[in-house]
Amino acid sequence: MINKIVQTMAEAMEGIRDGSVVLLGGFGSIGQPNALIYGLIEQGAKELTVVANNAGVGHVGLARLMEVGRVRKIVCSYPRTTDPVVFEELYRAGRIELEVMPQGTMAERMRAAGAGIPAFYTPTSVGTKLAEGKEVREFHGRQYVLEEAFFGDVALIEAWEADRWANLTYNSSARNFNPVMATAAKLTIAQTQHIVDLGGLDPEKIATPGIYVDRVVHVPYGEPTIT
Amino acid sequence: MNVHANVLAACKPWSREEIAARAAHDIPEGFYVNLGIGIPVLLANYVPPEREVILQSENGVLGMGPTPEPDKINRWLINASKKYVTLVPGGSYMHHADSFAVIRGGHLDLCVLGAFQVAENGDFANWSMSDTDMPSVGGAMDLAAGAKAVWLLMEHTAKNGASKLMRRCTYPLTALGAAKRVYTNLAVIDITADGFVVRDMVPGLTFEALQDVTDAPLHRAN
Repeated sequence: MINKIVQTMAEAMEGIRDGSVVLLGGFGSIGQPNALIYGLIEQGAKELTVVANNAGVGHVGLARLMEVGRVRKIVCSYPRTTDPVVFEELYRAGRIELEVMPQGTMAERMRAAGAGIPAFYTPTSVGTKLAEGKEVREFHGRQYVLEEAFFGDVALIEAWEADRWANLTYNSSARNFNPVMATAAKLTIAQTQHIVDLGGLDPEKIATPGIYVDRVVHVPYGEPTIT
Repeated sequence: MNVHANVLAACKPWSREEIAARAAHDIPEGFYVNLGIGIPVLLANYVPPEREVILQSENGVLGMGPTPEPDKINRWLINASKKYVTLVPGGSYMHHADSFAVIRGGHLDLCVLGAFQVAENGDFANWSMSDTDMPSVGGAMDLAAGAKAVWLLMEHTAKNGASKLMRRCTYPLTALGAAKRVYTNLAVIDITADGFVVRDMVPGLTFEALQDVTDAPLHRAN
């Protein structure tokens, strides 16, 4: 019998190595899997490269992971968001590396990774500093930049409901990066508010089929905050 | 103070809300429109109720509505600025790769963004002032490349008085030649093959006084 639901956070975090590339779902704090991040802090992996849309809010979740010194580099589209106090301090002190990536390029590079596409051309960033050093090619009179697939070692994501096959649904805009990150990592771990029986999820509402997900932890924490 | 400064001092600049409201008023029925961080997200509160304009938020919301009443907040539903919003009947959610397929695939009629600088050739800059100032591009480069038109909502001048409407941008560019119209706290300006063309100004302002606080040459609308 397949059962991807694990009972403890220690089981969920098993095998995450130092130096891993960690894909972290969420847009700001909505859809960011804070319980898994605290599990990762407890587990102890360090020298991490974290891929997330923002660079942490206040002192919680991703910000806390950075604050305890586990993150060597952050790849994100928008660090200058609400209250990025921890990141700002580390960045100004030169204690964390930042790679800024256009948000759509970031999402598409992970989609490509999950879909077996090694690279693709996009018009995003043509002629800007973020395209420097990248191959540019013309198609039908317009210029495009070559971007490669972006793989994660681990994806930490937040779902709304899950079953034991790790089929997942999401809540409103908390879906964001979670489904695409689930496809792009070697090991995908989801926290979920609700566990339902197999067959209990409407197949039309399953946004991430369980084939992309390795482990599920039940974390019924209630409602998120935006600060 | 010179005569132009006196004219400027005597008129009341549009507020951030008024800038957003003016832009909202100019969006045609049926348009699919992305709203960026800053003044643009305020636009969701000013679309005339009788007009169907479908607003997109980069974080996977199509059919975004205005700010919710305090007792009707869905805490899982935010906009690009991480503020609570609503979903209109007919609205839908999608994941980030699909949201950016909407953006990059040429499906949006318009995107409305904030900016640090805009040039008379349509170049604009809104992601980086220096390497030490946390460069933050978000979805701006994707939107500028993918939407059919780009409007910018911004202050006319920086806090130090420097014009943000320039002959050429000095900050790193977000996109080349993409911006088509600028709504500032002083004027509404089209970007044409001839450069900046003034469509409208705050009451009491003169063309000459507007030119006085604008780095690039302005042209009068016919």
